[in-house]
Amino acid sequence: MRRWLREWWAYLDMALVITRREVRDSLRDWRIVVPIVVLTLFFPMLASATAQAAMNWLVKYGAPLIGTRVIPFLLMVVGFFPISFSLIIALETFVGERERHSLEPLLAMPLSDGQLYVGKVLAATAVPLMASYLGIGVYVLGLYFTIRFVPPAILLLQVFLLTTAEALVMVAGAVVVSSQTTSVRAANLLASFIIVPMALLVQGEAVIMFWARYDVLWWIVAVLLVANLILIRMGVRLFNREELLGREIDQLSLRRIGKRFLVFLLRSPEEALRPWLGGGALRVDLWRWYRRDIPALLVRHRLSLGIVTALMVISLVVGWFYATQYALPAQFFDFRNLPESGFADLEMPGFLPRLSPWSILFFNLRSLAAGALLAVFSFGVMAFLPLMSTMGVVGFLARQVALAGYDPWSFLAVFILPHGWLELPAVILFTAFALRLGASVIAPPEGLTLSDSLLLALADFIKVVLLVAIPMLVAAAFLEVYLTPWIVVQVFGGG
Amino acid sequence: MIVAQALTKKFDQFTAVDALTFRVRAGEILALLGPNGAGKTTTVRMLAAILNPTSGWATVAGFDVVREARTVRQHVGVLTEMPGLYLRMTALPYLDFFGRLWGLSARQRAQRSESLLRRFGLWETRDQRIGEYSKGMKQKLAIIRAMLHDPPVLLLDEPTSAMDPHSAKLVRDAIVSLRDERRAIVVCTHNLAEAELLADRIAIIRLGRLVLLGTPRELKAQLLGPPLMEVRLIGSVDGLAPRLADIVQVEAQGEGWFCYRATNPVDVNPRLLRRLAALGQQVVTISEVPRTLEDVYLRVVEEPS
Repeated sequence: MRRWLREWWAYLDMALVITRREVRDSLRDWRIVVPIVVLTLFFPMLASATAQAAMNWLVKYGAPLIGTRVIPFLLMVVGFFPISFSLIIALETFVGERERHSLEPLLAMPLSDGQLYVGKVLAATAVPLMASYLGIGVYVLGLYFTIRFVPPAILLLQVFLLTTAEALVMVAGAVVVSSQTTSVRAANLLASFIIVPMALLVQGEAVIMFWARYDVLWWIVAVLLVANLILIRMGVRLFNREELLGREIDQLSLRRIGKRFLVFLLRSPEEALRPWLGGGALRVDLWRWYRRDIPALLVRHRLSLGIVTALMVISLVVGWFYATQYALPAQFFDFRNLPESGFADLEMPGFLPRLSPWSILFFNLRSLAAGALLAVFSFGVMAFLPLMSTMGVVGFLARQVALAGYDPWSFLAVFILPHGWLELPAVILFTAFALRLGASVIAPPEGLTLSDSLLLALADFIKVVLLVAIPMLVAAAFLEVYLTPWIVVQVFGGG
Repeated sequence: MIVAQALTKKFDQFTAVDALTFRVRAGEILALLGPNGAGKTTTVRMLAAILNPTSGWATVAGFDVVREARTVRQHVGVLTEMPGLYLRMTALPYLDFFGRLWGLSARQRAQRSESLLRRFGLWETRDQRIGEYSKGMKQKLAIIRAMLHDPPVLLLDEPTSAMDPHSAKLVRDAIVSLRDERRAIVVCTHNLAEAELLADRIAIIRLGRLVLLGTPRELKAQLLGPPLMEVRLIGSVDGLAPRLADIVQVEAQGEGWFCYRATNPVDVNPRLLRRLAALGQQVVTISEVPRTLEDVYLRVVEEPS
């Protein structure tokens, strides 16, 4: 333990050498110091005075509630303003150093990539966070001296955690952005990917503050922590000597992207991971794809497949348990009245497709594709939405059926299994590869860039979806229309 | 001290360095010459354990550049292509910062910084911000940074670029004295005269490949043929060439002079002088026609690939 602590300290000590230098450097820059001082000292005092004025004015009109909601809101704002500088400092310290060529001497030092990363992240976070804590302190003192009000400790803790997590998200995001650019200008353009979500988040927090649902803030803290973990994982993977020095120009070459994509699509999965080694001519080889590539991809993505399968089961169970809270009338599940002619004449709710194979196929594909698209923008997380919501409904209905006096296993076997034996594996495949597509940017495989990793995941996704999932979904749609209703009527109906 | 074996670096499909093989001994300076984009900087980055080779291997100061990258970086001083200094700092805190990263004690940092700043004539300006330094001063400070931890191996990318002649000489002298202290030094340069002056051996790289490697003399002999000798006489040289044909082949002649190639000057020149004396010719001078490294370099880089 002591040895581990010593090693850990030695690791951190070197990182802190970088942090100290950069913090001093930031404090020498008046463009950073002046706004931070204003936001740390002047703005919180102004906020305290505003809170006092608002309270006094609103009390006159019998609406003190609004005034009390303004106080936590301003607490959040006072904390947030200084940390907005962490983004600027982070872009400066990462891509700015690269642009000024002062990064390479650091890369030649006997430091690990991780030490450089930690040192710089701490440097970019330290000054704005200290300013933020100081600003919160000044505001709280101001509240005490003006209206004799001290915010609850739990709220202070929430704002402290939110501020810290938000600063870290911006810095960790800035590292990812910086690793993809070679100039501060380009990094500033890409920084919109951090600024826009943060702005939306702060607006959401403001609504929550006025709504006084402070418990929701814990969820936001949790989400920010997960985002931090993902972004730090990406940053550690991307902020390394090879990536930093291998990228010399920010040029979007559609031709290169197209060529690269074809390599990933048409080469075997093993060759695709080492595209720089070249290989034979690129050609469509359906036989090889089905015989070797698809099985290899399934083995490689077994973790994603496992996660998706587990989540499917969990959704089913969650739906099952929620059924008792929202129990439906038993007459909804009177299967004895099902018509012998099938389901074609049944009235369907507006959000469900008509009972024709192509409508069902289109509906399934549309929701799965939406999940895949959302996955790209959410590191894969949102890929689960269609699967989880559908399976949640299935679990919910199975329990409702059980409550209506039927055997839920028979329900699943009759209503789901006839087409589900094809549809569910197809959905699992679709979702697992969409998850991989979104998550591909978190940790690109060794030797591949971020864009390569995304293209490779897209190629794998397309291969599996086109060759396996869609044919299975087509077959399942036909079974769902022509076989499942028949079995349902044979087993339950005919009354 | 430095061994590179089939060292290769590919960026995507582009091969920046292609199977470079060379050695640099302790107390030797190797100059890497080549046009822009030849792969010199990438080679230096691989030797400094900043970039990993795609294939091949290299050891520096006895350590593998991939497996023992951090140890390699501990034993190497690197002057990067651009000085890359922190312009808001002054020289002493700047060197102190890098000294800490090298793991030097406070005393070592102070002593080494002072002695190097004095040696390179920057001691008097130590309180000035680096941003106020001239280009040459910045370059000198970057060299000091590379030498601060007293490394056995130095990799210097364009060490005298942007320097006035006096400063450039100061840096060259420093490099030579470092060589005399048995350090292995690799210098990347476009300055051919400097390479000729400094380097024990020269490697010419083109499109990532090692085209030529040898001492300046060997390279000249290999590419430009045997040394060209010029004899100046009092009087005319008309009709002299046939009478010397059994000793040398006259390649060119003019009023009072002629030239020939001497594969073995030690043997040929005394015989030639004796023959000229016997023929009653009065020799004023006999000298080798200077051939610069530039001739060799241009010959190599202008060849079709």
